[in-house]
Amino acid sequence: MSEFKALDGTGAVAEAMRQINPDVVAAYPITPQTAIVQTFSEFVADGLVDTEFITVESEHSALSACVGAAAAGARVMTATSSAGLAFMWEILYVAASNRLPIIMTNVNRALSAPINIHCDHSDSMGARDAGWIHLFCENAQEAYDTVIQAVRIAEHPDVLLPVMVLFDGFITSHAEERVEIFDDAWVKAFVGEYKPKHSLLDLDHPVTYGPLDFTDYYFEHKRQQVEAMRHAQKVILDVADEFAKTFGRKYGLFEMYRLDDAEVAVVVSSSTAGTARAAVDKLRAQGAKVGLLKPRVFRPFPAQEMVAALQHLKAVGVMDRAISFGSMGNAGPLFLELAAAMKIYDAGVPMADFVFGLGGRDIVPSQIEGVFRSLLQIAETGKVSELVSYVGVRE
Amino acid sequence: MAKGWKDLPIGGMILEAGNSAQYNTGAWRAFRPVRDASRCTNCMFCWVFCPDSSIRVKDEKMVGFDLLHCKGCGICANVCPVKCIEMHDEAEFGGSREMVDEPGRAGGAK
Ligand code: SF4
Ligand code: SF4
Repeated sequence: MSEFKALDGTGAVAEAMRQINPDVVAAYPITPQTAIVQTFSEFVADGLVDTEFITVESEHSALSACVGAAAAGARVMTATSSAGLAFMWEILYVAASNRLPIIMTNVNRALSAPINIHCDHSDSMGARDAGWIHLFCENAQEAYDTVIQAVRIAEHPDVLLPVMVLFDGFITSHAEERVEIFDDAWVKAFVGEYKPKHSLLDLDHPVTYGPLDFTDYYFEHKRQQVEAMRHAQKVILDVADEFAKTFGRKYGLFEMYRLDDAEVAVVVSSSTAGTARAAVDKLRAQGAKVGLLKPRVFRPFPAQEMVAALQHLKAVGVMDRAISFGSMGNAGPLFLELAAAMKIYDAGVPMADFVFGLGGRDIVPSQIEGVFRSLLQIAETGKVSELVSYVGVRE
Repeated sequence: MAKGWKDLPIGGMILEAGNSAQYNTGAWRAFRPVRDASRCTNCMFCWVFCPDSSIRVKDEKMVGFDLLHCKGCGICANVCPVKCIEMHDEAEFGGSREMVDEPGRAGGAK
């Protein structure tokens, strides 16, 4: 039996963590992630979980403690945001490179300065090359479902990589929604027991984690990480299939909405995809052939699959909630990667980037309708007058 | 030849205990200590000061250097009271990492 509860994104993730009952959680509070670990620490205090909860003095220490615990063979979870993720930087690489299946919820928030606590994707986008799997969620339900799936993905023997579960600060983290919470026993059965192959606490089979690795072997270990990322895509889909069979909701690499017969489409992840869906419906009602692609898996980037889903279009607009400063056109990371994929895999579709929502700036349906109108114009003329535009910024 | 990425434990993990003995850390030495055994008094200063335990001793006598692990730091040459150890450029030895003072024990771990 599942139950429907009124929960915000942080509460939904805390519920998932309670049901997963990880061996170790080490975390440091940062807005807007705080409520996740605060709620979870109450579960610990109330004896609802068996988790060893490690309070630390910083995010660098939080993830370091997670690394140690994961190497010792524990199932480990943490959560952070923004500057917290930035402070973990060094250890992000250590976790991925030591092949430790840590699950971390990162509630997307802008980076300083100027200091800002609201949503954009600069934090996790900056960490996109650190070797973690990145899964974006649109709402609290997806966050809950994804945290549960993340455990199976990370711990799969063909993967063994840490996973970041991402959703929008405040918009998703603090907005109360109707969330289906599955039976504890189902979730427990779905995630199963973690049986690490090599554990520091296995005294009969002593093992060294993180030794010196110089010119003679380091490169080979990086090549292994590439292979793990290659395997991750299939594992993500397999886990999603099993999740759908068990719990009924379907997930893929990305979601397509009214895309089949569309002429133009917007590509946007997370909560804004919900707003974009409403804009699609409104414009469709007016006869415009518009559609939406919502990326879910950003790492590993499903380049060929996305191109296959978009190549029939006459114009594609990417909506980026981050800027890669100094990159081609000062575009956003999603645009840069998708534009490269479209070119490499021969989809001759004109594309433009629409940077929006930095520092939590609201994005409203009329603005997304404006993006669609720009795309319809590009489709008609075949010309992209502005490669990157900034939606909602005051001139 | 060293193993390729498909055959190595992931993440740089080391799965056997005590295998550091197989790691010949002397491979990157730039200078090699050479002893004039005829002048050596077996005072053991070099044995005390060598930071890499690379002075070989047998029957209370200094018998040579473990060149598979000696880093060529020159401390032994510096502390030797009779100055019977000289540091030589590795290039003089044609890139060989064999023992010079004790030919019978060339190669392998200590
Ligand atoms: S050169 Fe340094 S490492 Fe080598 S034997 Fe002398 S003291 Fe030891
Ligand atoms: S310090 Fe010099 S004299 Fe003393 S044992 Fe070593 S090589 Fe011989």
